[in-house]
Amino acid sequence: MILLQIIFTNVGNPHALGQKPLTFPRQVVALCQAPFLLDDPNVELVFPADAIARAKHYLSLTSGGLGAYSDAHGIPGIRKEVSEFIERRDGYPSDPEHIFLTGGASIGVMQILNCIIRGELDGILVPVPQYPLYSATISLLGGSLVPYYLEETANWGLDIVNLRQSVAQARSQGITVRAMVIINPGNPTGQCLSEANLKEVLQFCYQNNLVLLGDEVYQQNIYQDERPFISARKVLMDMGGNISKELQLVSFHTVSKGYWGECGQRGGYFEMTNIPPKTAEEIYKVTCTSHSPNVPGQIFLGLMVNPPKPGDISYERFVRESKGILESLRRRAQIVTDGFNSCRNVICNFTEGAMYSFPQIRLPPKAIEAAKNAGKVPDVFYCLKLLEATGISTVPGSGFGQKEGVFHLRTTILPAEEDMPAIMASFKKFNDDFMEQYEDYGGYLRM
Amino acid sequence: MRRFLADLSRKLTPERRKNLVTCVLQHRTCSLFSSFQSQSSVVIPIRFLNTASVDPSMASDYSGSPVTLDTINIKVLNCEYAVRGEIVTLAQKLEQELKENPGSRSFDEILYCNIGNPQSLGQQPITFFREVLALCDHPTILDRAETQGLFSADSIERAFQILDQIPGRATGAYSHSQGIKGLRDTIASGIEARDGYPADPNDIFLTDGASPAVHMMMQLLIRSEKDGILCPIPQYPLYSASITLHGGTLVPYYLDEATGWGLEISELKNQLEAAKSKGISIRALVVINPGNPTGQVLSESNQKEIVEFCKKEKLVLLADEVYQENIYVPDKQFHSFKKVSRTMGYGEKDISLVSFQSVSKGYHGECGKRGGYMEVTGFSPDIREQIYKVASVNLCSNISGQILASLVMSPPKVGDESYESYFAEKDAILSSLAKRAKTLEAALNSLEGVTCNRAEGAMYLFPRIELPKKAIEAAKSANKAPDAFYAARLLDATGIVVVPGSGFRQVPGTWHFRCTILPQEDRIPAIVTRLTEFHKGFMDEFRD
Repeated sequence: MILLQIIFTNVGNPHALGQKPLTFPRQVVALCQAPFLLDDPNVELVFPADAIARAKHYLSLTSGGLGAYSDAHGIPGIRKEVSEFIERRDGYPSDPEHIFLTGGASIGVMQILNCIIRGELDGILVPVPQYPLYSATISLLGGSLVPYYLEETANWGLDIVNLRQSVAQARSQGITVRAMVIINPGNPTGQCLSEANLKEVLQFCYQNNLVLLGDEVYQQNIYQDERPFISARKVLMDMGGNISKELQLVSFHTVSKGYWGECGQRGGYFEMTNIPPKTAEEIYKVTCTSHSPNVPGQIFLGLMVNPPKPGDISYERFVRESKGILESLRRRAQIVTDGFNSCRNVICNFTEGAMYSFPQIRLPPKAIEAAKNAGKVPDVFYCLKLLEATGISTVPGSGFGQKEGVFHLRTTILPAEEDMPAIMASFKKFNDDFMEQYEDYGGYLRM
Repeated sequence: MRRFLADLSRKLTPERRKNLVTCVLQHRTCSLFSSFQSQSSVVIPIRFLNTASVDPSMASDYSGSPVTLDTINIKVLNCEYAVRGEIVTLAQKLEQELKENPGSRSFDEILYCNIGNPQSLGQQPITFFREVLALCDHPTILDRAETQGLFSADSIERAFQILDQIPGRATGAYSHSQGIKGLRDTIASGIEARDGYPADPNDIFLTDGASPAVHMMMQLLIRSEKDGILCPIPQYPLYSASITLHGGTLVPYYLDEATGWGLEISELKNQLEAAKSKGISIRALVVINPGNPTGQVLSESNQKEIVEFCKKEKLVLLADEVYQENIYVPDKQFHSFKKVSRTMGYGEKDISLVSFQSVSKGYHGECGKRGGYMEVTGFSPDIREQIYKVASVNLCSNISGQILASLVMSPPKVGDESYESYFAEKDAILSSLAKRAKTLEAALNSLEGVTCNRAEGAMYLFPRIELPKKAIEAAKSANKAPDAFYAARLLDATGIVVVPGSGFRQVPGTWHFRCTILPQEDRIPAIVTRLTEFHKGFMDEFRD
């Protein structure tokens, strides 16, 4: 019996697959945890001066160190750092009062949806395929998910025609469509929206009286140069006029992704644009009942938006570590895409951004039959077989939504680069064996 | 929270909402006019969009926008949480004023006695815990010789131990949605050491503080407004807020102030029956022990009665035990409800029990870390699966908080290098808390018309004030609840921030406020003096 190593490519969890934490933030937060170290003359033997200075800076922003509840919407000094980051990124001023720090982006999404969804007649437009936080939360809150399909053949593009159809259909069922979610870069699909596309989306939301929810947690994970990341807010502000003053937008970001990958810290924020102050107050009120996001997570966020600068002692190392991670992710995106496309029954769009690959697996009728007999959805059946044979743990496409009769799986591009060729080879072998087992002479069928 | 004016006589028409007034009494569940009416619409208030208060830089009247007060989830509007309510907003304004005009008041600082946030008032963290956390945050230094000069040997050892329980030593990775298994093992052992009965690590769900765990249980238990949760009055308003947010009904049971906030089973029975007769299905009983805001510690016999009651009525017992390490009187002891149930011979099949614990209280006071857990026993495996599923939507709680929870449940032992200093720190904090509790209690009891039960545990005093008629009338004219009026005046005159009793609910017609015992010892005399002076002045002004 061969003992398999399980390869967890099912969650966007970089550190679990060997990605090392960036050094500087860990130094800073460790010092904040143990401020008595700052008085120890030996501290400089172990921590660089700029980490020491930064720890002192963040401690001074707190109301009693890491152990005190902060403001429910986050430490004011860190919200200010976030607003400055947004301004540098987009070229438009950002108000710290419109920024709420949260225990990860997911909490922020749940808080905003909780505010918007009044009952089952409230619909939220969600891309299909989508990250199932949205479907789960809408379900828990008793709302309705209104799907809009991304176009796989057009690189998972967003077609306004599809959007209009989805909205019209929902309205005909008596649903009030309240908000639209975009995930940019996409999860699981990885596509990066173009500026033109974003403009269309913003116009669409404005015309249809929707609040736009921009999940931008993968904004640092871009693996092609044709479509760099551009925030929904920047596009909105560029458009100017009434729309820029009236279109309601909530943008989400996190320390869990990018090249930081600090999932376990639970740090994130949302920024509100054109949300009435009194509504923001109500959201604030609800966050008070869970006190505040964890303070170390807030500091990670501050460090992410305000990293070491040229001239800082830790700058060189920080840049080296960050670049190393990003460049490797870009290479891995290519390795994985190519690896999948080398299988004749697999079509895989290139991972333009984020951390995932979402190949389409064309399954022959016999396989679909076998799945049925096993009481499983075809892609679940395939993924289970894949796991058993290779130890590779993936998520079946049905977990994210897909068109009827089309099957996918989601894997991450996170395993170590040196392990990638072997993993892709292992997949290919499994897939080819699977196809041999289940293929009809008449070729495979895509229903 | 926000104050709204209530005008009960006018009804609202659904069309135009410009310049209409919204009024919600702080402690009443009101329905807002919308196409989704909430349950008991006794009051149909009028609404008012105060466009004057809109930030001028957002030049829009929002009336056509999808997300406005008119169109958000009514449960959000109805939910109240007084601990960070209106009085705190006033205090922050005052603080700003003091910064801009120092010397403009007779006091030079705001004293936040509204929230159980010890480290914001000078309490120091436990050194050993912070050493371990720092090492776990930056494990690369563990191999360096210099590190041994900076950290105690046993903190280094514990860090190694903990890191070995984390796959890949990756403290930045999402963990299992219930929390890291090894840490849950440690916590289970800690529970067993405390209670003398075994605990299963699979029953433990590590959460970002106890509050999210409470929210999870309310979400699970409440199906509609016909589901009721029995809550003590006075209660910590997380419960009322959470029940409202999840669309349920709070069924109050009154603690008896005259008998040290005693919990009478007859009261529980009466409230249960009354609710049932109104068609409410009671799902759970919340017990906060030690109590918040009331501070009482339940006797073991009382706890046994409660367990029997829950078993008989088939209620889930939600045991908020976050103050289990805050006991200030020699005649009382903490007994977990799990221990009490097991002592009675009741096991998994007999009683559904959820115990909440937190790193925020006790002697460690690590509020900002957001660490805690719930121990879930007496539920079927399929329900456990559902709880796990809900926990997994948010992936996991923060890892550092998880580590801290395990440290709290297994601190240094006799013989460990850090034991002496750990114990000294712990003892100093707890004895100081006991001292402050006594001093403030005595001071409050010396005030005219004020009676204050002793703080047997937790972190609060909840004195009752007999307000003269004139004061109650003045409050009415100011559109405030009388205790909120008193608290606002207190803040204005002294800079001391307390939470009006109406934020916790109380027997109608009685008035209280909640004050923490957390300001450092050297501040206490000033607090006592200012409070006494203020109260005398207030009574002089309003005495009948």
